[in-house]
Amino acid sequence: MGMIQQLGQWAIGTVERLGRGHLFLFEILMGIPSTLFRFSLVIQQLYSVGVLSIMITLVSGLFVGMVLGLQGYNTLVDFGAEESLGVMVSLSLVRELGPVVSALLFAGRAGSALTAEIGLMKSTEQLSGMEMMAVDPIRRVIAPRFVAGVISMPLLAAMFSAVGILGGYLVGYGLLGVDDGAFWSQMQTKTDFYDDIMNGVIKSIVFGFVVTWIALFEGHDAIPTSEGVGRATTRTVVHSAFAILGLDFILTALMFGEV
Amino acid sequence: MRQKKSTEITVGLFVALGIVALVFLVMKVSNLSAFNDEVGYVVTAEFENIGGLKTRSPVTLAGVRVGRVESINLDPDTYDAIVTLNLYSSFDTLPTDTAASIYTAGLLGEQYIALEVGAEEEFLKDGDVIELTQPALVLEQVIGQFLFSKAEGGGK
Repeated sequence: MGMIQQLGQWAIGTVERLGRGHLFLFEILMGIPSTLFRFSLVIQQLYSVGVLSIMITLVSGLFVGMVLGLQGYNTLVDFGAEESLGVMVSLSLVRELGPVVSALLFAGRAGSALTAEIGLMKSTEQLSGMEMMAVDPIRRVIAPRFVAGVISMPLLAAMFSAVGILGGYLVGYGLLGVDDGAFWSQMQTKTDFYDDIMNGVIKSIVFGFVVTWIALFEGHDAIPTSEGVGRATTRTVVHSAFAILGLDFILTALMFGEV
Repeated sequence: MRQKKSTEITVGLFVALGIVALVFLVMKVSNLSAFNDEVGYVVTAEFENIGGLKTRSPVTLAGVRVGRVESINLDPDTYDAIVTLNLYSSFDTLPTDTAASIYTAGLLGEQYIALEVGAEEEFLKDGDVIELTQPALVLEQVIGQFLFSKAEGGGK
């Protein structure tokens, strides 16, 4: 009996959290118009969410591209198709790795920081303080961060892909001696603007939306103790990773699948 | 205030960098640059079989890219494929008896249209039709023919 009760407790708790999360998202979306009139708040957040994530994105992108170049070359050279290295690198980065890996990094770098920040604001009662002063914390604190996250993510993903392709080029052309004309021209004929690049951008916008939402909700919903904030931060990273990878499958099936 | 200004500058750089990366992807990596090809003139050609030809496949002359395939349709009367070619206006001195054939780049590569110039004095204009065409080589047919002739030869 106790087990069944626990199961029920868990189910009710999960559904409640989901409901709170969606109500929270609704409140954020309602708060967005007013932040657009105070865009300086968004700029402030763009700095801490976006600018501070540039370094990790660029460095990881470069190395992911270089590894793709090396690994792809080793496989392609068996088929005498090392000229296709450019296509391989660009398609895998633009379609998948760019949006996904940069979103994972974004969740680790910016998402966790957002959760900790909001959670700490809650536990030190800054959010309630704002409400006391008739300042809506959703509009003043949460919505600008949300907008900044959604704007930053596609930009970071584009940087990741671009730097990754350059990394693949460096390895392919500089190290392995792939013809650089074939590298670029094959890439250009096989990479489609709408099917590949735009779909990658759409993916990264969706990931930015979801990751920022999860991060802000976890922070807002955290138990206001140091332990609670710590747990919320961990949950942000874990849930974001699940959400990113699961959504990526769905989006890929919708965009590229024949199903 | 000073703090704020430097924040704004770095954010501006961030957004600019992101946009540069996107533009790089669009212009250098994707085939969007092919959409902005110089405006050319359009000629059509009828093929018995186009194999794996696709829109935006390259059209070459002596191996040099001179245009691309704009659209592929089916002629309901002759059941032939009608391929519309968009040729760059700088190559406007192709004779009217230019021949078009569909070849494959490499053994399993992409298919493209190769033009071979004829000897006529007049040049192809916008809307003209290329009369001399050679259909795509379908590997299965070739193998089939080869096996057939082999079997015939073995019977003798």
